Amino acid sequence: MATSPAERTLRPLRSRRGLAWLLAAPLAWLVVFLALPVAIVFSISLAQQTLAMPPYTPILVWDAVEGLRVDVTLEHYAFLIEDPFYLEALLGSLGMAASTTLICLLIAFPMAHAMATAPARWRAAMLLAVILPFWTSFLLRVYAWTGLLAGRGPINQMLLALGLIDSPLPLMNSNLAVQIGLVYAYLPFMVLPLYAALDRFDGSLLEAAADLGATPWTAFRTVTLPLVWPGVLAGSALVFIPVTGEFVIPDLLGGADTLMLGKVLWEEFFANRAWPQAAAVAVCMLLLVALPGLLRAAWEFVRGQRQGVPAVAARGGH
Amino acid sequence: MRGALPRSRAALVGFLLGALFLWLPIVSLVVYSFNASKLVTVWAGFSLRWYAALWQERALLEAAWLSLCVALMSALLATVLGTLLALALARHRRFRGRFLVGWLVGAPLVMPEVLLGLSLLLLFVSLEQLIGWPAGRGLVTLVIAHATVALAYVTVVVSSRLERLDPRLEEAALDLGAGPLAAFFTVTLPLLAPAVMAGALLAFTLSLDDLVIASFVSGPGANTLPMVVYSKVRLGLSPVVNALATLWLAGVLILALIAFRLWRAARTSPDGV
Repeated sequence: MATSPAERTLRPLRSRRGLAWLLAAPLAWLVVFLALPVAIVFSISLAQQTLAMPPYTPILVWDAVEGLRVDVTLEHYAFLIEDPFYLEALLGSLGMAASTTLICLLIAFPMAHAMATAPARWRAAMLLAVILPFWTSFLLRVYAWTGLLAGRGPINQMLLALGLIDSPLPLMNSNLAVQIGLVYAYLPFMVLPLYAALDRFDGSLLEAAADLGATPWTAFRTVTLPLVWPGVLAGSALVFIPVTGEFVIPDLLGGADTLMLGKVLWEEFFANRAWPQAAAVAVCMLLLVALPGLLRAAWEFVRGQRQGVPAVAARGGH
Repeated sequence: MRGALPRSRAALVGFLLGALFLWLPIVSLVVYSFNASKLVTVWAGFSLRWYAALWQERALLEAAWLSLCVALMSALLATVLGTLLALALARHRRFRGRFLVGWLVGAPLVMPEVLLGLSLLLLFVSLEQLIGWPAGRGLVTLVIAHATVALAYVTVVVSSRLERLDPRLEEAALDLGAGPLAAFFTVTLPLLAPAVMAGALLAFTLSLDDLVIASFVSGPGANTLPMVVYSKVRLGLSPVVNALATLWLAGVLILALIAFRLWRAARTSPDGV
């Protein structure tokens, strides 16, 4: 590129001082309200539980005799391993997240395909049909399912009227209800990245594959799938990660046997007032679930690719 | 030349079924809000009694007011900070620590809400012990928490618009003698406005909708609308909640439609012309 005549005048925009001015406030905000809190969670997971308020002892203790003393314990982490309850919750969360991701993928792919191939004048309407439910209140949409799945709710009444069942099915407060709620709430997160990927897809590649003698299934497997794979990955991450930490859906739709990490953390914190234990659960959750996502998001953001953060990029539509 | 994907009837049927699945629960919420019966699941004729009952619920109205205040303030904060951050990242492609900034921005997008809520609460508690601020929890802590999460979303929305913006426009303004601030306010900001507005609306709706983070960072006496709705919903079905849901849906749908139009305007307007 030739040197712009505006090089001199551009200096204020591209200079280090310019950068400092733009970056100072938001960066300070993120350090204080995002990075620091995560560090505090980590430190409190090492603190002792006590009956005071807040219910943990300070990590750094100043003692007139001994000087500065560090008072930390690993007992909350040991407890995570000793008590099978946490492992069950972890497996429950990962299992639910995996099945939700898979079911969403199966439902979302035809939807995204139909959207990407629809005539231009229908697309906006189809996009709105997917985006609007996902912009309306999450809590209220989950609440809607408590009505639909109720013992005397529309689903049971319909099944009774059709003669398929003799007495109402106990749909509510079960893992099935949680599964339905999760798929319902997270389906748009899968549809939108898949749509973005399919929209960029070059259909003439499929013609070429067919010309070369590929069956539709072979063409799908060897041409379509590898090309839309980034969209599949992005959608899966957007469903899998939040589902692992989900609290509202297992709490409102689930039963006593529904064990998920988000709910465990919530109950340790609010019901048991075990803040250090909740913090230890949080640290494990962060390491197990969020770290790959964090690395990926940062990487994609820096690279200027949009697959890493399609929640919003896709929210805006195409 | 790019070819089109072949259309598929099966995919279209799949779309219609999927859309039905997405919309049926919402429609059922709205329908049962006009139900005369106290039993939410049994239809007993059309009535507006639950809308009337809604105005008698002081706790709900107070919570709605608090939620509105929090949403407005946090959206404003997040929009200013997020736009600054997007500008920094767009203008400075390479600087030390860019990776770290990208990480900080991306984090709220992928962190489970319970994590964000817990970590912010522990920060507020520790700060209060150390420096006495924030004294208690409520409006201030809610605004800070929601602004932190929404900041990331605003940055992404504004960044994607900045990528398509022609930098020569601002350069031309500088060439013609405008100062950097004047160039920003007369050229760049008007071009960015649709994305900034869309980001602000997104921040607003995110704040209005949040239950989990608010439950952590709020204190006694400061209940947001989702917190009050949640405590009602836990006790079972309530037709008043259906009425509230219908009003809420109407409000959010209007906001969402405005945001969508802004986005389309931002995408279709001739960039940099």
